[in-house]
Amino acid sequence: MSRYDWLLFLHVLSAFAVVASIVLYTVLIVAVWDKDVPGDVVRLFRVSKVGDALIGVGSIGVLVFGIWLSIDVDGYEVWDGWVIAAIVLWFVMGAFGSRTGKIYNAARDRARALAGEGSNAPSAELRALVQDRRGLWSHAGASLAVLLLFIDMIFKPGA
Amino acid sequence: MTMLAAIRPDSWNYALFLHVLGAMILVGALVTAVTAQVLSWKRGGGADAAAYARLAFRTLLFVGIPAYVAMRIGAEWIYSKEHWGDVPKEPDWLGIGYITADLGALLLITSVVLAGFGARRLAQADSGPSIMARSAGVLTIVVLAAYLVAVWAMTAKPT
Repeated sequence: MSRYDWLLFLHVLSAFAVVASIVLYTVLIVAVWDKDVPGDVVRLFRVSKVGDALIGVGSIGVLVFGIWLSIDVDGYEVWDGWVIAAIVLWFVMGAFGSRTGKIYNAARDRARALAGEGSNAPSAELRALVQDRRGLWSHAGASLAVLLLFIDMIFKPGA
Repeated sequence: MTMLAAIRPDSWNYALFLHVLGAMILVGALVTAVTAQVLSWKRGGGADAAAYARLAFRTLLFVGIPAYVAMRIGAEWIYSKEHWGDVPKEPDWLGIGYITADLGALLLITSVVLAGFGARRLAQADSGPSIMARSAGVLTIVVLAAYLVAVWAMTAKPT
């Protein structure tokens, strides 16, 4: 395998990790939506650890190997419009993702605190936290940014 | 050579978009299901194990299967666009893709069925570990591994 093959494989594998984390978080948000019992919420949020690892490794990998590819491949440059658009979208994804994480981590932490206090009764406060519209819209924003990134990568407008 | 490898006709992009997006969502569904199945496995039986098994089953059924269909339609679409049917001997990477996709479909369907019955068994009161839920977990891991090999074959394109 050439260096190009390796870079492309690692770049695409990183992109798979990013999309996998988006899918995992989406499933989690849907699953936790109607939950108000602390134990149920804590249980579901255990799944998010894998998503956290995937988004961490995947988002760094997709950026590093993507920039490396744009330098390595003849005819592509880092300052090409579609590459700059991808980098901007990467930051947009990061901003939305960070906001989503803060909102749902607050719900998880509250559920843990309630469970730690020995309360396993339905909690209206917890339901409000897991159904926070800001979290939902932030996640939708991050998902849209990833979709636009993917469209940019496939169609390479202006290349 | 790297420049040549990066160029493709614009008319192929829609098919490639569908194929890769379907594959990415499929891998995301498998990662989510495997995570839930491993968590279910670790808990043996009871409410926690049943909840994780149910999450895995629903993820495979409602996300994994539709994503597989999108990936497979995209694959056939781009196969016809690239006229691989006119080539006397298809390259190895294409064969790897077909084997993993078709064998993976059988394993995925089997995994969904086993995960469904396993989740139902675990949901019954005082149930112990479910061999069906565990078998579904093993199958899902095998399918995920096979699709990661396919990602390598599709990007690195070994001859």
